[in-house]
Amino acid sequence: MAKILEKRPLTPVTKLYKVDAPLIAKKAKPGQFVIVRVHHGGERIPLTIADYDREEGTLTIVVQEVGTTTQALGQLEVGDEILDLVGPLGMPLEIPVAGHIVGIGGGFGAAALLCLMRELRARGDKTTIMIGAREKELLILIDELTEVCDNLEICTDDGSAGYKGFVTGRLQELIDGDGPGRPDSVVAIGPMPMMRAVSETTAKAGIATLVSLDPLMIDGTGMCGGCRVTVNNEVKFACVDGPFFDAHQVDFEEAVRRNKMYVKQEQESKDRTECRKLAVGQD
Amino acid sequence: MQKACRGTRLMPVKRVNKTPMPERDAVLRSHDFKEVNEGYGIAHAQFEAERCLRCQDPICIDGCPVRVPIPDFIHKVASGDMRGAAEVLRASNPLPAVCGRVCPQEVQCEEQCSVGIRFKPVAIGYLERFVADWEMAQPAAEIKSNLHRSEKVAIIGSGPAGLVCAGELARLGHPVTIFEALHAPGGVLRYGIPEFRLPKDVLDWEIEQLKRLGVEIQCNVIIGKTITMDELMGEMGFSAVFVGTGAGLPSFMGIPGENLNGVYSANEFLTRVNLMHANDFPNADTPVMVGKRIAVIGAGNTAMDTVRVALRVGAEHGLIVYRRSDKEMTARIEEHEHAIQEGVEFHWLTNPVEVLGDEDGWVTGLKCIKMELGEPDDSGRARPVPIEGSEFVIPVDNVVLSIGNRPNPLLLQTTKGLESNKWGCLVVRDKSSETSLQHVFAGGDAVTGAATVILAAGAGKDAAAEIHKDLCKEM
Repeated sequence: MAKILEKRPLTPVTKLYKVDAPLIAKKAKPGQFVIVRVHHGGERIPLTIADYDREEGTLTIVVQEVGTTTQALGQLEVGDEILDLVGPLGMPLEIPVAGHIVGIGGGFGAAALLCLMRELRARGDKTTIMIGAREKELLILIDELTEVCDNLEICTDDGSAGYKGFVTGRLQELIDGDGPGRPDSVVAIGPMPMMRAVSETTAKAGIATLVSLDPLMIDGTGMCGGCRVTVNNEVKFACVDGPFFDAHQVDFEEAVRRNKMYVKQEQESKDRTECRKLAVGQD
Repeated sequence: MQKACRGTRLMPVKRVNKTPMPERDAVLRSHDFKEVNEGYGIAHAQFEAERCLRCQDPICIDGCPVRVPIPDFIHKVASGDMRGAAEVLRASNPLPAVCGRVCPQEVQCEEQCSVGIRFKPVAIGYLERFVADWEMAQPAAEIKSNLHRSEKVAIIGSGPAGLVCAGELARLGHPVTIFEALHAPGGVLRYGIPEFRLPKDVLDWEIEQLKRLGVEIQCNVIIGKTITMDELMGEMGFSAVFVGTGAGLPSFMGIPGENLNGVYSANEFLTRVNLMHANDFPNADTPVMVGKRIAVIGAGNTAMDTVRVALRVGAEHGLIVYRRSDKEMTARIEEHEHAIQEGVEFHWLTNPVEVLGDEDGWVTGLKCIKMELGEPDDSGRARPVPIEGSEFVIPVDNVVLSIGNRPNPLLLQTTKGLESNKWGCLVVRDKSSETSLQHVFAGGDAVTGAATVILAAGAGKDAAAEIHKDLCKEM
């Protein structure tokens, strides 16, 4: 059980939680994740650790309400407890001191850059954070992210803030020498199509790139093998070998396909939850 | 070789056969998760208990990894002293209701049974289960926790090895804390063995008895990640550690198509159902994908469990595909027979070479090659050799790989000085449970690689005795 100490809506469907988890906070490193289960009969889902405070003994996680479990989590309020919270899981991010590192966060993936870029900056790298969203209202944590890097680049599809277009468009401009300049290393966290596009962009420019894969998982400790991904023609378990992999070696097509395995069931589960809510409402 | 009969009285002629285990109808049961074996009634049990010869030198005990005093408890059943029988059992085995259900008695105690020399052996397993079930149905007997010693022991993993080790240590007076990575305790007993072979309320009851002895269980803690071994032995003040982390890392074959949608490891398939209750989807949130035809690769107990679970969650055809023949199969005879009764189809001497899929990446079939048996291999079993040009395709919607598990490396990655062999199994000093680290002991699948529940339980029990000795020495 982990008590929720703080809850902050970031967008209509994205919420930030600070939870009491001293053991995990003590061990957490940038890029690792936790597995949560919200209620009995609930799923176990992985969530990236956005930030941690060892002294306070707290973890920060950001949740986008897209499915049954994330929606149930979104209902929890300060003082409520998350039924199961286990971690830290996965290997921490390892980037050799590289000079200029660009961290790219798509959608709520931006949250994961908080502790990650702070640490890279602290050890002496020049850091740029690039976040992208459909429109201005969907951008998250701008103030917090500004604090942990040297440059913040904002991209929106509709141009309502910052660069108009996808992050890959702005990334190409940086590669060509604009703004903070060509990255020596890139790390991308976000939706699979975004990470794939970033990977294609940096591959052409020959820039080392890591992506954080988020396949379906159950245990998160290497036991089920549900999270297997193909990297450089080798099968890896994202939970124990990852979540970071060399973007240019990842079989994205397979990863995207495997993540869609339960689309039908996910919808069925959400419908079921809606029905339950309606039934409760009628009582 | 003929074994000498060491019986003390003559076998009554009418008692040549084992009292059969009442089973639920195969057609009915293959659609639900209720237990297949219904258990003896008191009349069955006492009738069967009468068959025991009460040998003076009971060699059945030698066949039992936890050395249950078998004739003692059986004699108590025969004389109607069920409470006494339960006490005898519990004093030697902290998990009788589990072992009575899942032990392969036919290759252990019952294989040694003197009655078995001329007739069918005494149904020791069925009787063990009867006594445990009897105990479960009674108002809880008073169990006094006896934690009088100061040295705390940490147990890593709550599978059979860890639970038994914890129970034994608590009985010897040591405060024990079990750390479990998942959200519910039991290890493979929870996520691996399905409800129809080991009901989860039976497991819960056994764990409850351990808690009453004073055993503490902390779920959602991964030693090596959440807490390190050094912290356990250092600031957390544990005097000894038992590693019972099992063999939870699934093996894959490395054939093309293994990452297609609809291919599972047996671990994932069983965990979705047993731990996450996918059979109750969408009431439970975790789904499992099962089409009409499912092929399970392998022929151990896990493979049988998997294919029988598949039938219960909607598959119309469950297939076992195995590269050797039924003679080399490692599943228990009972599990094999139950699978046959439930309509499982067996493809012996058939080796998968590729999983086939459609353009969207979903499984459509399993390409196999026919095998024949050649010379014996290292395991002493006939080596299967492919028959050239015999490839064929079995149309299936799902493939589950049940070809074995290796120990999980998480603990090793973060524990300096803990030695393992090339298969990732922990190295212990010959015939003991001592690892390369002082005061750190290990047993069960983490040491042996994937084996049985009872061997793990036996290892847990042996380790508890060694830990106790080690701690007494320190005093």
